[in-house]
Amino acid sequence: MFSRTAAIIPQCGQQVRGMATLKMISLRLKSVKNIQKITQSMKMVSAAKYTKAERELKLARPYGVGAQEFYKKAEVKDEEGDKGQLIIAVSSDRGLCGAVHSSIGRIVKADIVANPNTKVIIVGDKVRNILQRLYAKNIAMVVTEVGRKPAVFGDAALIAQSIINSGIEFSKGKIVFNAFRTVVSFRTTEMPLYSQSAVANASKLPIYDSLDSDVIQSYTEFSLASLLFYSMKENATSEQSSRMTSMDNASKNAGEMIDKLTMTFNRTRQAVITRELIEIISGAAALETKN
Amino acid sequence: MALTRSALRLFSGRFAQACQVRGYADASSMSLTFAAPSQVLYNNISVKQIDVPSFSGSFGILPAHVPTLAVLKPGVVTVFENDGSTKKFFVSSGTVTINEDSTVQLLAEEAVPVDTLDISAAKELLAQSQSQLASASTDVAKAEAEISIEVSEALVKACE
Repeated sequence: MFSRTAAIIPQCGQQVRGMATLKMISLRLKSVKNIQKITQSMKMVSAAKYTKAERELKLARPYGVGAQEFYKKAEVKDEEGDKGQLIIAVSSDRGLCGAVHSSIGRIVKADIVANPNTKVIIVGDKVRNILQRLYAKNIAMVVTEVGRKPAVFGDAALIAQSIINSGIEFSKGKIVFNAFRTVVSFRTTEMPLYSQSAVANASKLPIYDSLDSDVIQSYTEFSLASLLFYSMKENATSEQSSRMTSMDNASKNAGEMIDKLTMTFNRTRQAVITRELIEIISGAAALETKN
Repeated sequence: MALTRSALRLFSGRFAQACQVRGYADASSMSLTFAAPSQVLYNNISVKQIDVPSFSGSFGILPAHVPTLAVLKPGVVTVFENDGSTKKFFVSSGTVTINEDSTVQLLAEEAVPVDTLDISAAKELLAQSQSQLASASTDVAKAEAEISIEVSEALVKACE
């Protein structure tokens, strides 16, 4: 009997070829099941955050659209000067949300290549990681700790204050963010930003009564904060909905992997049993013929 | 063929009249968008008159007001709606834009209906901000305390 068990062990070693032992398959199965649980719970968390973000966005939309109205109605155009371009890239710190950060990074990169005299203000760590390698000298300011809690106007006002205090000058500017369209789609959009002198030289400005530089300055500062707030809100909603769909896809993929692994596990288990049976039977047959 | 041509002329005449009627309608109403970052009070609603408190003085906006920009002071905004009712809101700060086509964008940092204000809380805030001003050391702290006093004084005035 001992000699027979000794005979079995090397045959166990032979089973390692192909898809490996039962133990390895069951380890893999357990870890994929855990991953599926994690992605499912992440999906539910971002579904809850998405409903809240969408509700707040609906309330913030008239505010954001109203803040852009003046620039459209007064036909403000970019300054002719060469003080460079300012891009504010609005994103967040957290990943696993699909193409949200990379689409913004792509547009900013293309812009910097087209217009090397560009300064970028980054809101959110992820875009900083994308841009840091090649365009570190264009980065003027980075805002972190974004995305954990929903944005409030105070946050946007703080960012606007820092931008104003830093004294950055620009001839043309834009805010790049992801505008929310539906649960499954968002669009990376650009919102134009105009400097104070661009507003002062607007074609239709003379029809606006009793304006002095103080009023224009206060107006542009406040509207910078308002536009930033609006873009942060839109981006937050796009990010949550994108995370929801990607976590959903991940759970589905994990489910498929679990099905395949379970099939392989069962087949391997049956193969092991069959092999043991064959050995026992052939061993018994050998004993019989010897007798 | 002649019948359709005369029919067309008839329709175009009526269309021109309709255009004229639309023209008059524009001059006698203005569309107001009054919003704060977290709430919408009016979204492109046609109203009769709006009174706003601004740093260059309080003024009332009627349809066909000259286009202008103004910065809001803490105070009460009164909206006179088309059906005759008036609504009052307290605003903390913001901007107002009046465009050429009689659209008005009133963007306030915070706006609340006046009847939700509590006068005792407002008086308490005023007392707090006055003591803050007394104990302020840096220029920035003094300016912040003065802003807080201005807002609370306007709050108290709005409650009365």
